[in-house]
Amino acid sequence: MKTASLTGRAAVVSLALLFSFLVAWHLATRDTGTSQRMDPEYAKLMGVTATQGKSAMPGPIDVGAKLWEHLRRPFYDNGPNDKGVGIQLAFSIARVLAGYLLAILVAIPVGFLIGMSPLMSKALDPFIQVLKPISPLAWMPLALYTIKDSSLSAIFVIFICSLWPTLINTAFGVASVRREWLNVAKTLEVGTLRRAFTIILPAAAPTILTGMRISIGIAWLVIVAAEMLVGGTGIGYFVWNEWNNLSITNVITAILVIGIVGMLLDLMLARFTRLVTFPE
Amino acid sequence: MTDRFISIEGIARSYPKSGGGCTSIFENLWLSMDRGEFICVIGHSGCGKTTVLNILAGLDTPSNGAVIVDGQAIEGPSLDRAVIFQSHALLPWRTVLGNVAYAVSSKWRDWKTAKVNAHAQKFIDLVGLSGAEHKRPAELSGGMKQRVGIARALSIEPKIMLMDEPFSALDALTRGTLQDEVRRICQETGQTVFMITHDVDEAIYLADKVVLMTNGPGAVLAEIVENPLPKERSRNDFHRHPLYYATRNHILDFLVSRSRSFIEEARGVYNPREVPVVRPGLPEPTIAAVQDASAITSRSQQAAAH
Repeated sequence: MKTASLTGRAAVVSLALLFSFLVAWHLATRDTGTSQRMDPEYAKLMGVTATQGKSAMPGPIDVGAKLWEHLRRPFYDNGPNDKGVGIQLAFSIARVLAGYLLAILVAIPVGFLIGMSPLMSKALDPFIQVLKPISPLAWMPLALYTIKDSSLSAIFVIFICSLWPTLINTAFGVASVRREWLNVAKTLEVGTLRRAFTIILPAAAPTILTGMRISIGIAWLVIVAAEMLVGGTGIGYFVWNEWNNLSITNVITAILVIGIVGMLLDLMLARFTRLVTFPE
Repeated sequence: MTDRFISIEGIARSYPKSGGGCTSIFENLWLSMDRGEFICVIGHSGCGKTTVLNILAGLDTPSNGAVIVDGQAIEGPSLDRAVIFQSHALLPWRTVLGNVAYAVSSKWRDWKTAKVNAHAQKFIDLVGLSGAEHKRPAELSGGMKQRVGIARALSIEPKIMLMDEPFSALDALTRGTLQDEVRRICQETGQTVFMITHDVDEAIYLADKVVLMTNGPGAVLAEIVENPLPKERSRNDFHRHPLYYATRNHILDFLVSRSRSFIEEARGVYNPREVPVVRPGLPEPTIAAVQDASAITSRSQQAAAH
Protein backbone atom coordinates (compact mmCIF):
# COMPACT_ATOMS: atom_id res chain seq x y z
CA MET A 1 0.00 0.00 0.00
CA LYS A 2 1.29 3.41 -0.89
CA THR A 3 1.78 5.77 2.04
CA ALA A 4 -0.37 8.89 1.74
CA SER A 5 1.30 12.30 1.63
CA LEU A 6 2.26 14.04 4.87
CA THR A 7 -0.50 16.62 4.39
CA GLY A 8 -3.05 13.87 3.86
CA ARG A 9 -2.01 11.97 6.96
CA ALA A 10 -1.93 15.19 9.04
CA ALA A 11 -5.48 15.98 7.88
CA VAL A 12 -6.66 12.54 9.01
CA VAL A 13 -5.10 13.05 12.46
CA SER A 14 -6.60 16.57 12.70
CA LEU A 15 -10.08 15.28 11.86
CA ALA A 16 -9.73 12.43 14.36
CA LEU A 17 -8.71 14.87 17.10
CA LEU A 18 -11.62 17.18 16.26
CA PHE A 19 -14.05 14.28 16.26
CA SER A 20 -12.88 12.95 19.64
CA PHE A 21 -13.03 16.45 21.11
CA LEU A 22 -16.61 16.89 19.87
CA VAL A 23 -17.61 13.48 21.22
CA ALA A 24 -16.04 14.21 24.62
CA TRP A 25 -17.74 17.60 24.68
CA HIS A 26 -21.08 16.06 23.75
CA LEU A 27 -20.81 13.33 26.38
CA ALA A 28 -19.82 15.82 29.08
CA THR A 29 -22.78 18.10 28.46
CA ARG A 30 -25.57 15.69 27.45
CA ASP A 31 -28.83 15.19 29.34
CA THR A 32 -28.61 12.52 31.99
CA GLY A 33 -32.39 12.23 31.89
CA THR A 34 -32.73 11.78 35.66
CA SER A 35 -35.67 14.06 36.15
CA GLN A 36 -36.61 14.33 39.74
CA ARG A 37 -40.19 14.28 40.69
CA MET A 38 -40.98 17.79 41.61
CA ASP A 39 -43.75 20.22 41.42
CA PRO A 40 -44.10 21.33 37.77
CA GLU A 41 -44.15 24.99 38.81
CA TYR A 42 -40.95 24.47 40.76
CA ALA A 43 -39.37 22.49 37.92
CA LYS A 44 -40.07 25.43 35.56
CA LEU A 45 -38.28 27.74 37.96
CA MET A 46 -35.29 25.42 38.31
CA GLY A 47 -34.86 24.89 34.54
CA VAL A 48 -33.49 21.88 32.70
CA THR A 49 -30.22 21.92 34.63
CA ALA A 50 -31.91 20.70 37.75
CA THR A 51 -34.80 18.72 36.25
CA GLN A 52 -33.01 16.67 33.58
CA GLY A 53 -29.42 16.78 34.83
CA LYS A 54 -28.57 18.88 31.74
CA SER A 55 -25.31 20.76 32.04
CA ALA A 56 -25.46 24.57 31.86
CA MET A 57 -22.71 24.33 29.28
CA PRO A 58 -24.13 23.93 25.76
CA GLY A 59 -23.09 20.86 23.79
CA PRO A 60 -21.58 20.86 20.33
CA ILE A 61 -24.96 20.33 18.70
CA ASP A 62 -26.42 23.44 20.38
CA VAL A 63 -23.43 25.50 19.29
CA GLY A 64 -23.57 24.08 15.77
CA ALA A 65 -27.25 24.95 15.50
CA LYS A 66 -26.57 28.47 16.78
CA LEU A 67 -23.71 28.89 14.37
CA TRP A 68 -25.89 27.82 11.48
CA GLU A 69 -28.54 30.29 12.61
CA HIS A 70 -25.95 33.09 12.63
CA LEU A 71 -24.51 32.08 9.29
CA ARG A 72 -27.96 32.04 7.68
CA ARG A 73 -28.76 35.56 8.83
CA PRO A 74 -25.44 37.31 9.49
CA PHE A 75 -26.63 40.86 8.81
CA TYR A 76 -30.00 41.27 10.57
CA ASP A 77 -30.46 44.34 12.70
CA ASN A 78 -33.15 44.33 15.39
CA GLY A 79 -31.92 47.37 17.26
CA PRO A 80 -28.88 48.20 19.42
CA ASN A 81 -28.76 44.94 21.39
CA ASP A 82 -29.66 42.46 18.67
CA LYS A 83 -27.55 42.63 15.55
CA GLY A 84 -26.28 39.83 13.32
CA VAL A 85 -22.80 38.53 13.97
CA GLY A 86 -21.77 39.70 10.47
CA ILE A 87 -22.59 43.30 11.33
CA GLN A 88 -20.67 43.04 14.63
CA LEU A 89 -17.66 41.56 12.82
CA ALA A 90 -17.78 44.28 10.18
CA PHE A 91 -17.62 46.93 12.90
CA SER A 92 -14.64 45.22 14.55
CA ILE A 93 -12.75 44.67 11.28
CA ALA A 94 -13.36 48.28 10.21
CA ARG A 95 -11.94 49.55 13.53
CA VAL A 96 -8.96 47.23 13.36
CA LEU A 97 -8.16 48.19 9.78
CA ALA A 98 -8.50 51.93 10.48
CA GLY A 99 -6.21 51.82 13.52
CA TYR A 100 -3.83 49.38 11.88
CA LEU A 101 -3.42 51.34 8.64
CA LEU A 102 -2.84 54.55 10.59
CA ALA A 103 -0.20 52.75 12.63
CA ILE A 104 1.52 51.44 9.46
CA LEU A 105 1.51 54.94 7.96
CA VAL A 106 3.35 56.21 11.03
CA ALA A 107 5.49 53.18 11.86
CA ILE A 108 7.16 52.62 8.48
CA PRO A 109 8.46 56.20 7.91
CA VAL A 110 9.54 56.53 11.56
CA GLY A 111 11.13 53.09 11.41
CA PHE A 112 13.05 54.17 8.29
CA LEU A 113 14.23 57.29 10.10
CA ILE A 114 15.42 55.28 13.09
CA GLY A 115 17.04 52.64 10.92
CA MET A 116 18.88 55.10 8.69
CA SER A 117 19.97 57.62 11.31
CA PRO A 118 21.97 56.41 14.29
CA LEU A 119 21.31 59.79 15.93
CA MET A 120 17.51 59.44 15.76
CA SER A 121 17.82 55.81 16.79
CA LYS A 122 19.57 56.79 20.01
CA ALA A 123 17.36 59.83 20.59
CA LEU A 124 14.03 57.99 20.18
CA ASP A 125 15.09 54.80 21.92
CA PRO A 126 14.12 55.85 25.50
CA PHE A 127 10.63 56.90 24.37
CA ILE A 128 10.06 53.63 22.55
CA GLN A 129 11.37 51.60 25.47
CA VAL A 130 8.94 53.29 27.88
CA LEU A 131 5.90 53.42 25.61
CA LYS A 132 6.17 49.91 24.16
CA PRO A 133 5.40 47.87 27.31
CA ILE A 134 2.28 49.91 28.18
CA SER A 135 -0.86 47.82 27.80
CA PRO A 136 -2.88 49.44 25.02
CA LEU A 137 -6.00 49.39 27.20
CA ALA A 138 -4.27 51.65 29.72
CA TRP A 139 -4.58 54.40 27.11
CA MET A 140 -8.36 53.97 26.97
CA PRO A 141 -9.39 56.47 29.71
CA LEU A 142 -7.01 59.07 28.34
CA ALA A 143 -8.35 58.49 24.83
CA LEU A 144 -11.96 58.69 25.99
CA TYR A 145 -11.26 61.92 27.84
CA THR A 146 -9.41 63.65 25.00
CA ILE A 147 -11.18 62.25 21.92
CA LYS A 148 -14.63 62.13 23.58
CA ASP A 149 -15.81 59.42 21.19
CA SER A 150 -15.84 55.77 22.18
CA SER A 151 -15.49 54.38 18.68
CA LEU A 152 -12.55 56.66 17.82
CA SER A 153 -10.98 55.77 21.17
CA ALA A 154 -11.09 52.10 20.23
CA ILE A 155 -9.37 52.94 16.93
CA PHE A 156 -6.73 54.88 18.84
CA VAL A 157 -6.08 51.89 21.09
CA ILE A 158 -5.66 49.68 18.02
CA PHE A 159 -3.31 52.29 16.54
CA ILE A 160 -1.13 52.31 19.65
CA CYS A 161 -0.89 48.54 19.93
CA SER A 162 -0.12 47.90 16.24
CA LEU A 163 2.50 50.64 16.14
CA TRP A 164 5.36 48.98 18.01
CA PRO A 165 6.00 45.66 16.26
CA THR A 166 5.98 47.31 12.82
CA LEU A 167 8.08 50.25 14.01
CA ILE A 168 10.71 48.08 15.65
CA ASN A 169 10.87 45.58 12.79
CA THR A 170 11.14 48.36 10.21
CA ALA A 171 13.97 50.01 12.12
CA PHE A 172 15.74 46.67 12.49
CA GLY A 173 15.25 45.70 8.85
CA VAL A 174 16.46 49.06 7.59
CA ALA A 175 19.48 49.12 9.88
CA SER A 176 20.57 45.62 8.91
CA VAL A 177 20.50 45.98 5.12
CA ARG A 178 23.67 44.31 3.86
CA ARG A 179 26.62 46.67 3.58
CA GLU A 180 27.52 45.31 0.14
CA TRP A 181 24.14 46.37 -1.29
CA LEU A 182 24.61 49.85 0.14
CA ASN A 183 28.10 49.90 -1.35
CA VAL A 184 26.64 49.02 -4.74
CA ALA A 185 24.34 52.01 -4.42
CA LYS A 186 27.24 54.20 -3.33
CA THR A 187 29.50 53.26 -6.23
CA LEU A 188 26.59 53.91 -8.61
CA GLU A 189 26.13 57.38 -7.05
CA VAL A 190 22.50 56.63 -6.16
CA GLY A 191 20.83 59.47 -4.22
CA THR A 192 19.36 59.07 -0.73
CA LEU A 193 15.72 58.93 -1.81
CA ARG A 194 16.33 56.50 -4.68
CA ARG A 195 18.50 54.39 -2.38
CA ALA A 196 15.71 54.26 0.21
CA PHE A 197 13.17 53.05 -2.35
CA THR A 198 15.27 50.81 -4.59
CA ILE A 199 17.72 49.22 -2.15
CA ILE A 200 16.61 49.61 1.45
CA LEU A 201 12.86 49.12 0.99
CA PRO A 202 13.08 45.85 -0.99
CA ALA A 203 15.88 44.56 1.23
CA ALA A 204 13.97 45.32 4.44
CA ALA A 205 10.51 44.41 3.09
CA PRO A 206 10.42 40.84 4.48
CA THR A 207 11.32 42.11 7.97
CA ILE A 208 8.81 44.96 7.72
CA LEU A 209 6.05 42.59 6.61
CA THR A 210 6.85 40.25 9.51
CA GLY A 211 6.38 43.22 11.84
CA MET A 212 3.08 44.07 10.14
CA ARG A 213 1.94 40.47 10.58
CA ILE A 214 2.68 40.60 14.32
CA SER A 215 0.87 43.96 14.48
CA ILE A 216 -2.35 42.69 12.88
CA GLY A 217 -2.34 39.73 15.26
CA ILE A 218 -2.03 41.97 18.29
CA ALA A 219 -4.63 44.40 16.92
CA TRP A 220 -7.15 41.58 16.57
CA LEU A 221 -6.41 40.44 20.13
CA VAL A 222 -6.89 43.92 21.53
CA ILE A 223 -10.06 44.88 19.64
CA VAL A 224 -12.15 42.33 21.57
CA ALA A 225 -11.03 43.75 24.92
CA ALA A 226 -11.39 47.34 23.69
CA GLU A 227 -14.94 46.75 22.48
CA MET A 228 -15.90 45.13 25.78
CA LEU A 229 -14.93 48.44 27.38
CA VAL A 230 -16.39 50.92 24.90
CA GLY A 231 -19.53 48.91 24.09
CA GLY A 232 -22.14 49.66 21.47
CA THR A 233 -21.03 47.55 18.54
CA GLY A 234 -18.37 45.06 17.55
CA ILE A 235 -17.64 41.41 18.21
CA GLY A 236 -16.10 42.19 21.62
CA TYR A 237 -19.27 43.95 22.69
CA PHE A 238 -21.27 41.02 21.32
CA VAL A 239 -19.36 38.58 23.54
CA TRP A 240 -19.88 40.68 26.64
CA ASN A 241 -23.53 41.33 25.83
CA GLU A 242 -24.21 37.59 25.36
CA TRP A 243 -22.44 36.92 28.68
CA ASN A 244 -24.84 39.35 30.31
CA ASN A 245 -27.67 37.47 28.57
CA LEU A 246 -26.17 34.25 29.96
CA SER A 247 -26.13 32.83 26.43
CA ILE A 248 -23.05 30.65 26.63
CA THR A 249 -23.94 29.21 23.21
CA ASN A 250 -23.58 32.64 21.62
CA VAL A 251 -20.36 33.28 23.53
CA ILE A 252 -18.81 30.06 22.23
CA THR A 253 -20.02 30.83 18.70
CA ALA A 254 -18.41 34.27 18.92
CA ILE A 255 -15.14 32.79 20.20
CA LEU A 256 -15.04 30.45 17.21
CA VAL A 257 -15.74 33.30 14.77
CA ILE A 258 -13.05 35.52 16.36
CA GLY A 259 -10.53 32.72 15.92
CA ILE A 260 -11.42 32.19 12.27
CA VAL A 261 -11.26 35.89 11.37
CA GLY A 262 -7.91 36.22 13.17
CA MET A 263 -6.58 33.28 11.20
CA LEU A 264 -7.74 34.81 7.91
CA LEU A 265 -6.07 38.15 8.72
CA ASP A 266 -2.84 36.34 9.53
CA LEU A 267 -3.01 34.27 6.32
CA MET A 268 -3.51 37.46 4.33
CA LEU A 269 -0.36 39.03 5.76
CA ALA A 270 1.54 35.76 5.32
CA ARG A 271 0.63 35.87 1.62
CA PHE A 272 1.91 39.46 1.35
CA THR A 273 5.12 38.47 3.13
CA ARG A 274 5.72 35.70 0.61
CA LEU A 275 5.29 38.18 -2.22
CA VAL A 276 8.16 40.39 -1.04
CA THR A 277 10.47 37.64 0.19
CA PHE A 278 13.42 37.00 -2.09
CA PRO A 279 15.53 33.86 -2.10
CA GLU A 280 19.22 34.47 -1.44
CA MET B 1 53.53 62.11 -11.96
CA THR B 2 50.36 64.07 -12.78
CA ASP B 3 50.55 62.94 -16.41
CA ARG B 4 49.67 59.43 -15.28
CA PHE B 5 46.07 58.22 -15.59
CA ILE B 6 45.79 57.12 -11.99
CA SER B 7 48.15 58.40 -9.36
CA ILE B 8 48.05 57.31 -5.75
CA GLU B 9 49.97 60.01 -3.91
CA GLY B 10 51.19 59.28 -0.43
CA ILE B 11 48.01 57.80 0.98
CA ALA B 12 47.90 56.48 4.55
CA ARG B 13 45.19 54.75 6.53
CA SER B 14 45.13 54.27 10.25
CA TYR B 15 42.49 53.18 12.72
CA PRO B 16 42.27 54.32 16.32
CA LYS B 17 43.44 51.62 18.73
CA SER B 18 41.25 50.67 21.66
CA GLY B 19 43.90 51.64 24.21
CA GLY B 20 44.51 55.04 22.60
CA GLY B 21 46.88 55.85 19.77
CA CYS B 22 46.57 54.58 16.21
CA THR B 23 47.27 51.42 14.26
CA SER B 24 48.66 52.33 10.89
CA ILE B 25 47.72 49.86 8.15
CA PHE B 26 49.93 51.58 5.60
CA GLU B 27 51.63 54.92 5.31
CA ASN B 28 52.91 57.06 2.47
CA LEU B 29 51.86 54.76 -0.35
CA TRP B 30 52.66 55.85 -3.90
CA LEU B 31 51.61 54.11 -7.10
CA SER B 32 50.69 55.18 -10.58
CA MET B 33 48.89 53.45 -13.41
CA ASP B 34 48.68 54.12 -17.12
CA ARG B 35 45.51 54.04 -19.14
CA GLY B 36 44.68 50.51 -20.25
CA GLU B 37 47.00 48.91 -17.74
CA PHE B 38 46.05 45.78 -15.81
CA ILE B 39 47.55 45.79 -12.33
CA CYS B 40 47.25 42.99 -9.80
CA VAL B 41 48.06 43.50 -6.13
CA ILE B 42 49.30 40.48 -4.19
CA GLY B 43 49.92 40.35 -0.46
CA HIS B 44 48.93 38.47 2.62
CA SER B 45 45.58 38.99 4.35
CA GLY B 46 45.50 42.08 6.52
CA CYS B 47 48.11 44.02 4.55
CA GLY B 48 45.56 46.60 3.49
CA LYS B 49 44.96 45.61 -0.13
CA THR B 50 41.21 45.91 0.24
CA THR B 51 41.60 49.27 1.99
CA VAL B 52 43.59 50.58 -0.98
CA LEU B 53 40.88 49.34 -3.32
CA ASN B 54 38.13 50.87 -1.19
CA ILE B 55 39.97 54.18 -1.21
CA LEU B 56 40.24 53.99 -4.99
CA ALA B 57 36.52 53.20 -5.13
CA GLY B 58 35.72 56.11 -2.82
CA LEU B 59 34.10 53.83 -0.24
CA ASP B 60 36.88 54.64 2.25
CA THR B 61 38.87 57.82 2.72
CA PRO B 62 42.62 57.93 3.32
CA SER B 63 43.80 59.47 6.60
CA ASN B 64 46.44 61.26 4.57
CA GLY B 65 47.37 61.79 0.94
CA ALA B 66 45.20 61.74 -2.17
CA VAL B 67 44.31 59.71 -5.23
CA ILE B 68 44.14 61.43 -8.58
CA VAL B 69 42.23 59.83 -11.43
CA ASP B 70 42.41 61.41 -14.86
CA GLY B 71 43.57 64.73 -13.44
CA GLN B 72 40.98 64.92 -10.64
CA ALA B 73 41.35 64.09 -6.98
CA ILE B 74 38.69 61.57 -5.99
CA GLU B 75 36.12 62.58 -3.44
CA GLY B 76 33.78 59.69 -2.72
CA PRO B 77 32.43 57.03 -5.05
CA SER B 78 31.96 57.74 -8.70
CA LEU B 79 30.40 56.12 -11.75
CA ASP B 80 33.81 56.45 -13.39
CA ARG B 81 35.12 53.69 -11.16
CA ALA B 82 33.21 50.41 -11.17
CA VAL B 83 33.72 47.86 -8.43
CA ILE B 84 33.40 44.10 -8.79
CA PHE B 85 32.84 42.75 -5.31
CA GLN B 86 34.20 39.46 -4.04
CA SER B 87 30.72 38.46 -2.90
CA HIS B 88 29.20 39.60 -6.26
CA ALA B 89 26.75 41.83 -4.29
CA LEU B 90 23.83 41.31 -6.65
CA LEU B 91 20.42 42.56 -5.58
CA PRO B 92 18.53 39.27 -5.03
CA TRP B 93 15.08 40.77 -5.63
CA ARG B 94 16.03 41.84 -9.15
CA THR B 95 16.57 39.69 -12.22
CA VAL B 96 19.87 39.54 -14.07
CA LEU B 97 18.61 42.18 -16.48
CA GLY B 98 17.22 44.19 -13.56
CA ASN B 99 20.58 44.20 -11.80
CA VAL B 100 22.48 45.40 -14.85
CA ALA B 101 19.73 47.84 -15.82
CA TYR B 102 19.85 49.34 -12.32
CA ALA B 103 23.47 50.31 -12.88
CA VAL B 104 22.76 51.58 -16.42
CA SER B 105 19.85 53.75 -15.28
CA SER B 106 22.00 55.10 -12.44
CA LYS B 107 24.57 56.32 -14.93
CA TRP B 108 22.21 57.63 -17.61
CA ARG B 109 19.24 58.86 -15.60
CA ASP B 110 17.28 60.33 -18.51
CA TRP B 111 17.34 57.19 -20.64
CA LYS B 112 14.05 55.48 -21.48
CA THR B 113 13.49 51.95 -20.14
CA ALA B 114 13.82 50.38 -23.60
CA LYS B 115 17.18 52.03 -24.17
CA VAL B 116 18.40 51.07 -20.70
CA ASN B 117 17.39 47.45 -21.24
CA ALA B 118 18.97 47.29 -24.68
CA HIS B 119 22.23 48.65 -23.28
CA ALA B 120 22.13 46.21 -20.35
CA GLN B 121 21.37 43.32 -22.68
CA LYS B 122 24.48 44.13 -24.73
CA PHE B 123 26.68 43.58 -21.67
CA ILE B 124 24.77 40.48 -20.57
CA ASP B 125 25.51 39.04 -24.02
CA LEU B 126 29.15 40.11 -23.68
CA VAL B 127 29.67 38.01 -20.54
CA GLY B 128 27.87 35.07 -22.13
CA LEU B 129 24.64 35.12 -20.13
CA SER B 130 22.21 35.47 -23.06
CA GLY B 131 19.04 33.59 -22.21
CA ALA B 132 19.45 33.97 -18.44
CA GLU B 133 18.45 37.63 -18.26
CA HIS B 134 15.13 36.96 -16.55
CA LYS B 135 16.53 34.66 -13.89
CA ARG B 136 17.04 35.83 -10.33
CA PRO B 137 20.47 35.61 -8.72
CA ALA B 138 19.33 32.71 -6.51
CA GLU B 139 18.79 30.60 -9.63
CA LEU B 140 22.33 31.17 -10.89
CA SER B 141 25.56 29.34 -10.13
CA GLY B 142 28.44 31.16 -8.44
CA GLY B 143 30.23 31.70 -11.74
CA MET B 144 27.12 33.08 -13.43
CA LYS B 145 26.52 35.46 -10.51
CA GLN B 146 30.04 36.83 -10.85
CA ARG B 147 29.46 37.21 -14.61
CA VAL B 148 26.46 39.39 -13.79
CA GLY B 149 28.71 41.40 -11.46
CA ILE B 150 31.18 41.87 -14.31
CA ALA B 151 28.40 42.82 -16.74
CA ARG B 152 27.06 45.34 -14.22
CA ALA B 153 30.51 46.89 -13.75
CA LEU B 154 31.21 47.05 -17.49
CA SER B 155 27.76 48.37 -18.42
CA ILE B 156 28.43 51.80 -16.92
CA GLU B 157 31.53 52.07 -19.15
CA PRO B 158 33.85 53.05 -16.33
CA LYS B 159 37.29 54.58 -16.71
CA ILE B 160 38.68 52.01 -14.34
CA MET B 161 37.53 48.68 -12.96
CA LEU B 162 38.32 47.73 -9.39
CA MET B 163 38.14 44.03 -8.57
CA ASP B 164 38.43 42.70 -5.05
CA GLU B 165 39.34 39.02 -5.35
CA PRO B 166 36.52 38.55 -7.84
CA PHE B 167 37.12 34.85 -8.49
CA SER B 168 38.25 33.60 -5.09
CA ALA B 169 34.87 32.08 -4.24
CA LEU B 170 34.68 30.06 -7.47
CA ASP B 171 35.83 26.58 -8.35
CA ALA B 172 39.00 26.22 -10.43
CA LEU B 173 37.26 25.44 -13.72
CA THR B 174 34.83 28.36 -13.53
CA ARG B 175 37.61 30.63 -12.37
CA GLY B 176 39.67 29.76 -15.46
CA THR B 177 36.80 30.48 -17.84
CA LEU B 178 36.01 33.77 -16.17
CA GLN B 179 39.66 34.84 -16.21
CA ASP B 180 39.65 34.22 -19.97
CA GLU B 181 36.48 36.30 -20.33
CA VAL B 182 37.85 39.16 -18.28
CA ARG B 183 41.11 39.12 -20.21
CA ARG B 184 39.30 39.09 -23.55
CA ILE B 185 36.92 41.89 -22.55
CA CYS B 186 39.67 44.06 -21.08
CA GLN B 187 41.82 43.67 -24.16
CA GLU B 188 38.90 44.45 -26.47
CA THR B 189 37.83 47.52 -24.53
CA GLY B 190 41.27 48.67 -23.35
CA GLN B 191 39.94 48.77 -19.81
CA THR B 192 42.16 49.95 -16.97
CA VAL B 193 41.97 47.40 -14.16
CA PHE B 194 43.12 47.35 -10.55
CA MET B 195 42.65 43.88 -9.14
CA ILE B 196 43.36 42.23 -5.81
CA THR B 197 44.15 38.56 -5.81
CA HIS B 198 45.70 35.80 -3.75
CA ASP B 199 46.34 33.60 -6.74
CA VAL B 200 49.84 33.94 -8.22
CA ASP B 201 48.91 32.21 -11.50
CA GLU B 202 45.90 34.45 -11.90
CA ALA B 203 48.13 37.50 -11.48
CA ILE B 204 50.68 36.24 -14.02
CA TYR B 205 47.98 35.34 -16.54
CA LEU B 206 46.04 38.59 -16.28
CA ALA B 207 48.30 41.39 -15.15
CA ASP B 208 50.72 43.68 -16.94
CA LYS B 209 52.26 44.54 -13.60
CA VAL B 210 52.04 42.71 -10.29
CA VAL B 211 52.38 44.89 -7.20
CA LEU B 212 53.78 43.08 -4.17
CA MET B 213 52.69 44.34 -0.77
CA THR B 214 54.46 43.51 2.50
CA ASN B 215 52.66 42.30 5.61
CA GLY B 216 50.76 44.80 7.74
CA PRO B 217 50.52 46.74 9.92
CA GLY B 218 52.69 49.41 8.38
CA ALA B 219 52.59 47.70 4.97
CA VAL B 220 54.54 49.11 2.03
CA LEU B 221 54.65 48.38 -1.69
CA ALA B 222 57.81 46.31 -1.93
CA GLU B 223 58.12 45.83 -5.66
CA ILE B 224 56.38 46.25 -8.93
CA VAL B 225 56.96 43.09 -10.95
CA GLU B 226 56.66 43.70 -14.67
CA ASN B 227 55.14 40.71 -16.35
CA PRO B 228 57.74 39.41 -18.81
CA LEU B 229 55.24 37.18 -20.62
CA PRO B 230 54.11 38.35 -24.06
CA LYS B 231 50.86 40.34 -24.18
CA GLU B 232 49.37 37.67 -26.43
CA ARG B 233 49.24 34.70 -24.11
CA SER B 234 46.75 31.89 -23.75
CA ARG B 235 45.60 29.93 -20.76
CA ASN B 236 46.67 26.65 -22.38
CA ASP B 237 50.38 27.33 -22.62
CA PHE B 238 51.32 30.47 -20.71
CA HIS B 239 52.75 28.26 -17.96
CA ARG B 240 55.15 26.72 -20.50
CA HIS B 241 56.69 30.07 -21.33
CA PRO B 242 60.39 30.05 -20.34
CA LEU B 243 59.96 33.06 -18.10
CA TYR B 244 56.82 31.78 -16.37
CA TYR B 245 58.64 29.94 -13.59
CA ALA B 246 61.09 32.76 -12.99
CA THR B 247 58.15 35.12 -12.48
CA ARG B 248 56.17 32.67 -10.41
CA ASN B 249 59.12 31.80 -8.19
CA HIS B 250 59.94 35.44 -7.69
CA ILE B 251 56.41 36.22 -6.49
CA LEU B 252 56.19 33.07 -4.36
CA ASP B 253 59.55 33.80 -2.74
CA PHE B 254 58.24 37.19 -1.85
CA LEU B 255 55.01 35.82 -0.35
CA VAL B 256 56.79 33.07 1.59
CA SER B 257 59.66 34.99 3.14
CA ARG B 258 60.41 38.46 1.84
CA SER B 259 56.95 39.87 2.59
CA ARG B 260 57.91 39.53 6.27
CA SER B 261 61.53 40.59 6.12
CA PHE B 262 61.38 43.27 3.43
CA ILE B 263 60.86 46.26 5.70
CA GLU B 264 63.86 45.30 7.88
CA GLU B 265 66.13 44.64 4.91
CA ALA B 266 65.21 47.73 2.96
CA ARG B 267 65.48 50.13 5.88
CA GLY B 268 67.34 53.23 4.76
CA VAL B 269 67.35 52.43 1.05
CA TYR B 270 63.63 52.11 0.46
CA ASN B 271 61.96 55.12 -1.07
CA PRO B 272 58.16 54.85 -1.15
CA ARG B 273 57.99 57.24 -4.11
CA GLU B 274 60.32 55.08 -6.21
CA VAL B 275 59.08 51.54 -5.73
CA PRO B 276 61.67 49.24 -7.36
CA VAL B 277 60.51 47.77 -10.65
CA VAL B 278 61.62 44.19 -11.25
CA ARG B 279 61.46 42.24 -14.47
CA PRO B 280 61.97 38.55 -13.76
CA GLY B 281 64.12 36.62 -16.17
CA LEU B 282 67.13 38.88 -15.80
CA PRO B 283 70.03 36.89 -14.32
CA GLU B 284 69.74 36.34 -10.60
CA PRO B 285 72.49 34.59 -8.67
CA THR B 286 70.02 32.59 -6.59
CA ILE B 287 68.62 30.78 -9.62
CA ALA B 288 70.63 27.69 -10.53
CA ALA B 289 70.20 27.92 -14.28
CA VAL B 290 71.75 31.36 -14.59
CA GLN B 291 73.14 30.77 -18.06
CA ASP B 292 69.86 29.54 -19.48
CA ALA B 293 67.88 32.36 -18.02
CA SER B 294 70.20 35.04 -19.36
CA ALA B 295 70.29 33.32 -22.73
CA ILE B 296 66.53 33.37 -22.86
CA THR B 297 66.44 37.00 -21.83
CA SER B 298 68.91 38.06 -24.46
CA ARG B 299 67.04 36.07 -27.05
CA SER B 300 63.74 37.61 -26.12
CA GLN B 301 65.35 41.03 -26.14
CA GLN B 302 66.61 40.36 -29.61
CA ALA B 303 63.18 39.25 -30.64
CA ALA B 304 61.74 42.43 -29.19
CA ALA B 305 64.31 44.48 -31.10
CA HIS B 306 63.19 42.99 -34.41
